[in-house]
Amino acid sequence: MSDENTDTANGDRKPEPGKVSIAKKQTNRRRVLRTMLLTGGVLGAATSGFLPLIYSKKNRLRPPGALDEKDFLSSCIKCGQCVQVCPVEAIKLADLVDGMGVGTPYIDAREQACDFSCDAVQCILACPTGSLTYHKPAHLTVRPGAELSSKPILLAKEKDAEPTLNLAERIGVARLTRPESCLAMQGKGFQGTARGAAFDGKLRYMSVDRWKPIPVADFKYDREICDLCEQACPIKGAITVEMGLGKDGKRKGIPVVHEACVGCGVCEMICPTEPASIEIIPGEGWRA
Amino acid sequence: MSSVHNKRFVDQIMVMFGRETKKPEQFTEKAIQVHQLKRMTNKEAFLNASKEAHRLQQLKSQKWRNRRWATLIFANLLFVISFALDIQILEGALTASRFVGFHLIDLNSALQVMLAHKHIINNLLIGTGTVLLLWVLLGGRTFCSWICPYHLLAEWAEKLHLYLAKKKLVTDQVMDRRLRTVFWVIFALLAIATGYTVYEAISPTGILSRALIYGPGLAVLWVLALLFFEVFFSRRAWCRYACPIGLTYGVVGIISPVRVKYKLESCFHEGDCRKVCLVPHVLDTVIKGRAVDTEVAIGPDCTRCGLCVDACPTGSLTFEVKGLSKLM
Repeated sequence: MSDENTDTANGDRKPEPGKVSIAKKQTNRRRVLRTMLLTGGVLGAATSGFLPLIYSKKNRLRPPGALDEKDFLSSCIKCGQCVQVCPVEAIKLADLVDGMGVGTPYIDAREQACDFSCDAVQCILACPTGSLTYHKPAHLTVRPGAELSSKPILLAKEKDAEPTLNLAERIGVARLTRPESCLAMQGKGFQGTARGAAFDGKLRYMSVDRWKPIPVADFKYDREICDLCEQACPIKGAITVEMGLGKDGKRKGIPVVHEACVGCGVCEMICPTEPASIEIIPGEGWRA
Repeated sequence: MSSVHNKRFVDQIMVMFGRETKKPEQFTEKAIQVHQLKRMTNKEAFLNASKEAHRLQQLKSQKWRNRRWATLIFANLLFVISFALDIQILEGALTASRFVGFHLIDLNSALQVMLAHKHIINNLLIGTGTVLLLWVLLGGRTFCSWICPYHLLAEWAEKLHLYLAKKKLVTDQVMDRRLRTVFWVIFALLAIATGYTVYEAISPTGILSRALIYGPGLAVLWVLALLFFEVFFSRRAWCRYACPIGLTYGVVGIISPVRVKYKLESCFHEGDCRKVCLVPHVLDTVIKGRAVDTEVAIGPDCTRCGLCVDACPTGSLTFEVKGLSKLM
């Protein structure tokens, strides 16, 4: 039925009881078919959102305070308020390839890690649904190894009356995934900007400005043995590069991740090797 | 008298859920008189002359459309500049936001999250309550035509569709309106059963709002596909037959005081209003012999877009705030 048809029927309609013309029957049948087609199309599109979840199991690093992945995806309202408050713009929104995760926030630590420049985990404060939260509701279980033994101390706030971040769980753990390429492990030093002049990530350097993060490209390192991960780490006692002698008698360093690691990803961002020798494993728990 | 209106009130809710409109059985005395009078004067020349006179005098007004577009663009722009210029007036996206600090949460998105997550925190409740109150006052589906960014794109796609239809290049494929109710139920059940906010993954409202504020992504392709479908196959298909957001706000609008009012006496039953309407079934009451009273409120599925108010040559359709005229 086009609009013109409905308009000609704009006068007194006289339905004939129990009698439907063949033409009308056909139109009705076609309408039912079309309706079923649209139903199939929309539901197909909707359920195709499950495909990425089933096939790739994309492991995204979520912002601090995120619930476990399944709970996170069910509670996130996809508004991006966490994106808006982040001072270093670490949080991005996922696209169509993430299926049900379209519009959910994640952090690409290599590009821009969370360095807690906001001091108070602003993204958690901004979240309207509790997807990012300081206090997990009692009925949700804690992933093994996710619980932090004590509130992490933010080095930037170390001298404040309240030096801790209000975080109860880690979002991942740093791992030296490529020890063979690590400069410290090879006994090499590092001079210059960590990621080159073209890198546009930001980091808060306490020696430069306590309040304002600056471009990583603007800071020059000069280390006898590379220990950039330890230097950049914003959390007290989360990572140390332990110096010692290798089998060949040369001095070298071994990056060691400690229980205080919250999984923020600053070490992954700052690591000068390509690809990064140290990485965050999202959602991973701490193992001694 | 009031039983006539009560019956119509319930009928209009059923129509919103997808029932076909039909000729009402009960009328008020006054309405019966007017209908009879109209039937008697139907074919007289003076009526046609009168119609002509009205047509000539009619100001081609697009007052309400312009106001609406301005509001819609302003609201969405406020989201965009709040983030882009960091002025923090309206932070977030249409699914959830903060207006100078006050939580606002889209009713359908809130519903999806509550059903999927099965745990409701205070901020979610406060934001949902605020928005519920807001749209109860402003008219439920007013959200659709005055705020939803997809609505504006769909309006432009509709113009293209109508142009092509006039050239006989496309025909409007009408579908069963009950589909929207079915979708609403399916998406609610999917959220409960799977624990994912399935509808949010394909919501063109959410996708567009985020695309405007945070930059477009591949998800915009889905929106383009919908618009393509509406231009070449079925007029306003998404808003008419699919969108659960529309139905959620429609239910909110049932008790809303803001609505379009129809006056039987001055109407010539020419049907201009029904041609421009997104939801023409709500205007079935303007068909000759259908109005149950001399003044009838248009039902809850109406998006209060005002296109019919602009289109009516006789001023028989006007915006009304129930109770306000009594106060003033």
